[in-house]
Amino acid sequence: MRGAEVALEGVGLAYGSFWAVRGIDLDIRPGEFFSLLGPSGCGKTTILRLVSGFVEPSEGVIRIAGRDVRGVGPAARPTSLVFQNLALFPLMKVWENVAFGLEVRGVPKAERRRRAEELLELVALPGFADKRVDELSGGQRQRVAIARSLAVEPQVLLLDEPLSALDLKLRQHMRAELKAIQRRTGVTFVYITHDQGEALTMSDRVAVMSQGRIEQVGTPAEIYDAPATAFVASFVGESNPVPGRVRESGGGFVTLETALGPLRARDPRGLATGSPAILIVRPERCRLDGAGEADAVDNRVEGRIERVDFEGAFANLLVASPAGPGLVVQLANDGRLAGLAAGAPVTVRFPPEAALALPEGPLARE
Amino acid sequence: MSELFRRFGRPGGGSILATAALWALLLVVLPQLTMVELSFRPNLPAVARGGPEDVWTLANYTALWTNPLHRTIFWQTIWSSLLVTVLSLLVCYPVAYHLAQEARGDRALLLATALVIPFWVNEILRTFSWFLILSRNGLVNRVLLGLGLIEEPLALGGVGAVMIGMVYAYVLFMIFPLYNALESLDRNQIEAARDLGAPTWRIHWRIVIPHAKPGIAVGCVMTFMLAAGTFAVPQIMQSLPGGTNARWFTQIIYSYFFDGGDWNRGAAYAFALLALCLLFVAAMMRIFRVGLADIAK
Repeated sequence: MRGAEVALEGVGLAYGSFWAVRGIDLDIRPGEFFSLLGPSGCGKTTILRLVSGFVEPSEGVIRIAGRDVRGVGPAARPTSLVFQNLALFPLMKVWENVAFGLEVRGVPKAERRRRAEELLELVALPGFADKRVDELSGGQRQRVAIARSLAVEPQVLLLDEPLSALDLKLRQHMRAELKAIQRRTGVTFVYITHDQGEALTMSDRVAVMSQGRIEQVGTPAEIYDAPATAFVASFVGESNPVPGRVRESGGGFVTLETALGPLRARDPRGLATGSPAILIVRPERCRLDGAGEADAVDNRVEGRIERVDFEGAFANLLVASPAGPGLVVQLANDGRLAGLAAGAPVTVRFPPEAALALPEGPLARE
Repeated sequence: MSELFRRFGRPGGGSILATAALWALLLVVLPQLTMVELSFRPNLPAVARGGPEDVWTLANYTALWTNPLHRTIFWQTIWSSLLVTVLSLLVCYPVAYHLAQEARGDRALLLATALVIPFWVNEILRTFSWFLILSRNGLVNRVLLGLGLIEEPLALGGVGAVMIGMVYAYVLFMIFPLYNALESLDRNQIEAARDLGAPTWRIHWRIVIPHAKPGIAVGCVMTFMLAAGTFAVPQIMQSLPGGTNARWFTQIIYSYFFDGGDWNRGAAYAFALLALCLLFVAAMMRIFRVGLADIAK
């Protein structure tokens, strides 16, 4: 099996006057594990249905392996879809499920059976061929659904939040499993999820979506460390957004006038003086004064510990400031957490390099 | 049952159960047993009852096989009822599928209403409407005459007309079990099959029909029983020109009871029909591998 590239050029889909997605440009590379990440209702499933051929775009072009697939139905596209609820055929045995695509293609029964067993081996389910679907656990069904989709040798496998029904432990195990299957087969995976953890751990690249548009495409590290918009910064990972106004800029940095006082941050977008902006700083990049070397250029915010949420390996401190929004500070459990209790006055510190100034924009609602 | 005793106490619950049992016994079991008993006795004038001629006999049953006309009508009724069942299934499956899986919102509501409204009219009038359509001066003949396709009105009566009347009369008894079964089918399964390359016929053959089996079995059983046991439809449709050959076995039973005064023979014929119907139910359950519980649903 080999993966194919998927290209979307200016794709949009309208239901009446409502655009479910619009202006979608994507270039998914062959053999890539590509995730579409966004909150529910952002249009990511619509894109999956557009690529699989269940709906046709109202505008724009979709190419798979270089071929314009407009007007080509789901059966004829080199894609295969793993449904969110898996949609296994409950009245067929496991191997018949896996071999259904081959049955449709007129492959003789003995050959179908052989292929099904091979595929079950691939997804780590040897010896399950004659089981009934309702005898399987959630994780096993998951793998059967993937084997069934792989049986038709697709060049692109589309997965619609396939792990959402599993419990946490199994979900984490299946992440590694999925990634391994993708490596083994070399098929292009397009993976839909609203779970940033899934997207970041499995993907080669991620597209973050909001309200029918793509906010940013990049590697997991790029998405996390260099979010392009306030939405991406607030949707992916924890963040402290502080609204403000640009007082001065230059040399790749800006100083924002905020309710917490003047704060310096990186300025990748070249914000104009006087324009409204949002400062974003990750909780794990914040320190408490005295917990490290002092640096003259660090941003400092005075406050009082309002709450300590102990998580085991680390603790989240909510630091309230009389002047503005509270900041979350994440501290590793390195033996120095003991003295921190609610009510203690502290100074939150973070270097300008750790903060990012982005144009004002909507934030993700938790 | 234990719930009943818990709520009403032993005497209260007991008397409720006893009432129900008595009801069943007096109004269902005893009359049926009387009929069974009658069917095994010869039809004698009142004075001869209890006399030397009043013995147990199978004569009433064997008469069905020795009388060639009755035998023919019996098999014709069964055969026609089977055809009605198959025809109903063919007509209703696409409608039920469309209603359950494809029609959305207002359209589905409109279609369901359009299906149900004719059933507010009783069976005799519904059949009579088809009688009017197929009659000498009916719609079909007028259209054909108007188009110049025929010179003289056709005699449209016969077994075919009776079957058309029945398919129409019992459409809902087929559609609703089918609809119930099809409605519970996950759309994603259909889409998954389509995505894997299955053409429409194979999706139906491998996914939809197997899922709808219990519904198909229930619809077929109901339609077959209604068709085999109907009296009104053949009675009305026979009055069409050319319709006299379309006799239904129930009419023979009727005439033994009400015209011939031979209840014994009538009862025997009725049980023969019932036995065959039960055989049909058992066969359907075997073919579709469904249990009584599925059908009861």
